[in-house]
Amino acid sequence: MQVQSMHFKARSGQKLADLRLQANLKKLSTKWVAGRAQAIAELDDFENTREDAVQRRKRALADLDVWLERFEQEATRRGTTVLWAQTPAEASRLVVAIAKRHQVRKVTKSKSMVSEEMALNRALEAAGIQPVETDLGEYILQINNNEPPSHIVAPVLHKDKDEVSDLFARVHQRPRLDEVGQMTREAREFLRPHFLSADMGVSGGNFLIAETGSVALFTNEGNEGMCTVLPRVHVAVTGIEKVLPTLEDLAVVARLLPRSATGQSMSNYFSILTGARAPGETDGPEHAYVVLVDGGRSGLLGGDFEDMLRCIRCGACMNHCPVYQKVGGHAYGWVYPGPMGSVLTPAYVGLEKTLDLPQAATLCGECHVVCPMKIPLPDLLRKLRERQFERGLRPWSERLGLALWAYVARRPALYRWATRAGSQVLRWMGGPAASIRRIPGAGGWTDHRNLPAPSAKPFRHQWAEGRRPRG
Amino acid sequence: MPIHRRKVEHHIGPPVGSPAGSGPRASSPATLRVGLFFTCLVDVMRPEVGFAAVRLLEDAGCQVEVPEGQTCCGQPAFNAGDSPSARDLAERWVVEFERYDYIVVPSGSCAGMIRVHYPQLVSSDPDLRSRMLAVCERTWELTSFLVDVCGMHKPPGDYAGAITYHDSCSGLRELGVRDQPRQLLQAMPRLDLREMGDARACCGFGGTFSVKYGHVSAAIADEKLAQISATGAPCVAMGDVGCMLHLEGRLRRSGDATTRVMHVAEVLVHAAGGN
Repeated sequence: MQVQSMHFKARSGQKLADLRLQANLKKLSTKWVAGRAQAIAELDDFENTREDAVQRRKRALADLDVWLERFEQEATRRGTTVLWAQTPAEASRLVVAIAKRHQVRKVTKSKSMVSEEMALNRALEAAGIQPVETDLGEYILQINNNEPPSHIVAPVLHKDKDEVSDLFARVHQRPRLDEVGQMTREAREFLRPHFLSADMGVSGGNFLIAETGSVALFTNEGNEGMCTVLPRVHVAVTGIEKVLPTLEDLAVVARLLPRSATGQSMSNYFSILTGARAPGETDGPEHAYVVLVDGGRSGLLGGDFEDMLRCIRCGACMNHCPVYQKVGGHAYGWVYPGPMGSVLTPAYVGLEKTLDLPQAATLCGECHVVCPMKIPLPDLLRKLRERQFERGLRPWSERLGLALWAYVARRPALYRWATRAGSQVLRWMGGPAASIRRIPGAGGWTDHRNLPAPSAKPFRHQWAEGRRPRG
Repeated sequence: MPIHRRKVEHHIGPPVGSPAGSGPRASSPATLRVGLFFTCLVDVMRPEVGFAAVRLLEDAGCQVEVPEGQTCCGQPAFNAGDSPSARDLAERWVVEFERYDYIVVPSGSCAGMIRVHYPQLVSSDPDLRSRMLAVCERTWELTSFLVDVCGMHKPPGDYAGAITYHDSCSGLRELGVRDQPRQLLQAMPRLDLREMGDARACCGFGGTFSVKYGHVSAAIADEKLAQISATGAPCVAMGDVGCMLHLEGRLRRSGDATTRVMHVAEVLVHAAGGN
């Protein structure tokens, strides 16, 4: 997927002006935030489960190579072909090659964010193979001119029912429906022939289980089974960091993922896919593949950003992010939005292409509070800012301002003088209302709000002159 | 629990039901030396918050000193990625404040910078590093110091009217400041504390974020202001001047000339009949 993150500022402005989007984003605080809070509360011991899960993910990542090789061995033993891709583009080429090898003409897809990294649909189309998104949200986006998802769990969160009604009526060429149940049935009607005629299914993989060579999937719509079991060929594409050593590890993490993501104690469907159809078995694909994608992940191992690899893609950080709640996912400009995306995108596609992302956060810390994997997202964003500063990737005006300020702050006498003068100027500018409407050069502040003027001369000066609090 | 707890209680007497917290300032020799780090925003923008903090600390029996050489904790540099400047300012800060029993800060944000982030700014000088760790542990946000260390039950002021309290992010999430300011506000008999829908949601200030992404910052402020307005309280109190300037500025720009934005310390020392 092409990186558009350099347009964050302009795009976020457009998103703020889009009143329909603003209304749709309200779902985050009313539905998603509340849903998670409730689901967490019902878990008898959330904090200990969370700590347990964090340790299990850490153990897996500490010996990632070992667990991945174990996964490959076990999966291979059960008839799955495991392929490795250094880059998302390479992963795409592998999937296309698999499709060609099995004379595939149509691919049904279950939701996968890694396939978005890979721009898989485009690659399949270019090879003359028809990809059909079957997750309802992804289906809506695909028939809307291949619109990108705006959320990693709820790809179509930015749209409301009316927009989907209009879209269905236009694309399906049927009378307009406005009841969700009917609309879903109509989508099923259109998807059913694809499920039955697809030669290959592609899914993601929430986790890989090393001890059994399995792929674990958490879904809600039942389309996943139609993609992974029905066609002749099944390909799971996922990141190398998703491996868990044992099924027991999976059981612990499973208590957190749906709760953190959708506020469900468990997703509607949960599959553990192990191997291809064995002789004598009646269902399952004849050919099973897993494509393991690096795509920048191994570069995070052992470094400042390793914590990020624990991410289980629940989306809680973006659901709770004050910035995401206002601008939505498209403003971030690549596959992964919100706080986790603002760390992953620079790591995967390069800091120089994503200058705004580490900066576009208030560092309020709520993402860290809600992250089931305790990823210190604000610290990681700050570390990225450090990299930007070190590499001179911030505008000269900002660097100059910072240098001047730091010069003064290191010199108490000069600082005393500067604050006194600054206070005087601001008080004069504030006028009788003690509120400043415009400061040349400080439009970032005064374009959007007044600056309340200082209420009196600085504290330190009053203190030095002997003023004391009234007792 | 801090090691000085017993000592403090000894100096101000038993807190429960005692008039010591609300009466005249302790006349006994208050030997607990507290250094006030008043912070740059209080200094320049809201000096009365500094005086309110001194009043509260003295009322709790502390001997307050205001070191002259203080400037800034370095958070702007730290959050901008300029770690060398942040480290330098942190080291200066430690030297300035390490002589006190406690250091108290009328800002959750600056106190969080010191307590949580200074230890991350690893000083190359091992001696200074251990001194830094020691002084960070003695640094407190004002309301949590008053309640958790001094055992204050009743603030000295008197405020009549409805107030809603906004949890500023760093104080809440880095230092766990949530119940302490509410306890103090609720101890004021004529004050009607009204909780807003989501007091813990960020107001959108975010330091330089408010300038770099002013449009997003203001949009987040509007969400917070709607919550404040829904309580019907004519005043919102909080523990950080940064958030105060941001919200007050947005209120005035949106044509609201009356809703008051106060620092919690100002409320706690508010004089009856004053405004």
